Amino acid sequence: MNLFNRKKEKSSKAIAKDRLKFVLIHDRCKITPDTLEKIRKDMLAVLDKYLDIDTEGTEILLKDDRSETTLEANIPILKNQ
Amino acid sequence: MGQTIVVTSGKGGVGKTTTTANLGTALAMLNNKVVLIDADIGLRNLDVVMGLENRIVYDVVDVAEGRCQLKQALLKDKRFDGLHLLPAAQTRDKDSLEAEQMVKICKELEQDFDYILIDCPAGIEQGFKNAIAPASRAVIVTTPEVSAVRDGDRVIGLLEASGVGKVNLLINRLKPDMVQRGDMMDISDIVDILSIDLLGVIPDEEKIIVSTNKGEPVVMDHSCRASTGYKNIAHRVMGKKVPLMPLENESTFRKILKKMGLSS
Repeated sequence: MNLFNRKKEKSSKAIAKDRLKFVLIHDRCKITPDTLEKIRKDMLAVLDKYLDIDTEGTEILLKDDRSETTLEANIPILKNQ
Repeated sequence: MGQTIVVTSGKGGVGKTTTTANLGTALAMLNNKVVLIDADIGLRNLDVVMGLENRIVYDVVDVAEGRCQLKQALLKDKRFDGLHLLPAAQTRDKDSLEAEQMVKICKELEQDFDYILIDCPAGIEQGFKNAIAPASRAVIVTTPEVSAVRDGDRVIGLLEASGVGKVNLLINRLKPDMVQRGDMMDISDIVDILSIDLLGVIPDEEKIIVSTNKGEPVVMDHSCRASTGYKNIAHRVMGKKVPLMPLENESTFRKILKKMGLSS
């Protein structure tokens, strides 16, 4: 048993908040995770035609603050060697 | 000219009726003329929470259908002069009232009263639409639970779409010790997620159940925090700025630190 190296568990409040945020973003804009995944694939396919991108490091998120919903895409471009 | 406020929520069982009873009583204690309307047709309950159940003669459907005058159906509270209740019909189904009838009743009441509080039925169907139709303000009641907050969010969207101007949040049944342990979402988490203005917070206390058992709103019991919470909310409804009351008990450790001048 290792008392000092115990993995710190996330509080149940933090889990609740994360789950709630996820659910609400999709409730508010009615975009299912499945649709989002399709958008992700299509976007990457388009960008991949023109740029050398890092598909692994790509992040696509929906953000929502009630007044507006935005799609945030973080797509690292690989430097030319 | 009075103001009509609907007390609503997405999910049932979060304390809408208790909130309506206590906020109404608190407003009456501050010398306002108040009417509480139970819009939960078929499932009336505000009368028992207020302890006025054995005095009902007419109800809101009788008024809507013209079987009695509005004044005849208003029950006067036995404790506060300015407090009145318009009970729901228990023998009818929830479709026996229409939105226009509710609007007409509230317009008439706004002539004589300062605040008209409508206890909205749970759910987002016709009963909900009837209850929100006359309101210029809404109080969304939620508890710090995932399901209640999610459904609250849905209702906020519906209220904004239907043009209810001012929508405020009331967080009910907060357990300060669970918040301290990180096992319950805190005030800022919920406000952050729902992004509407906070009207107040009511801690979960056993006294609330005891007072409901007796038919006496807990706001009359000045010894508990829930009572202070409701009074603060009443002041805020009236437009006064009142700071949030502290909810956490100070730990012994912190008290010692304070005495030593090491903590503020």
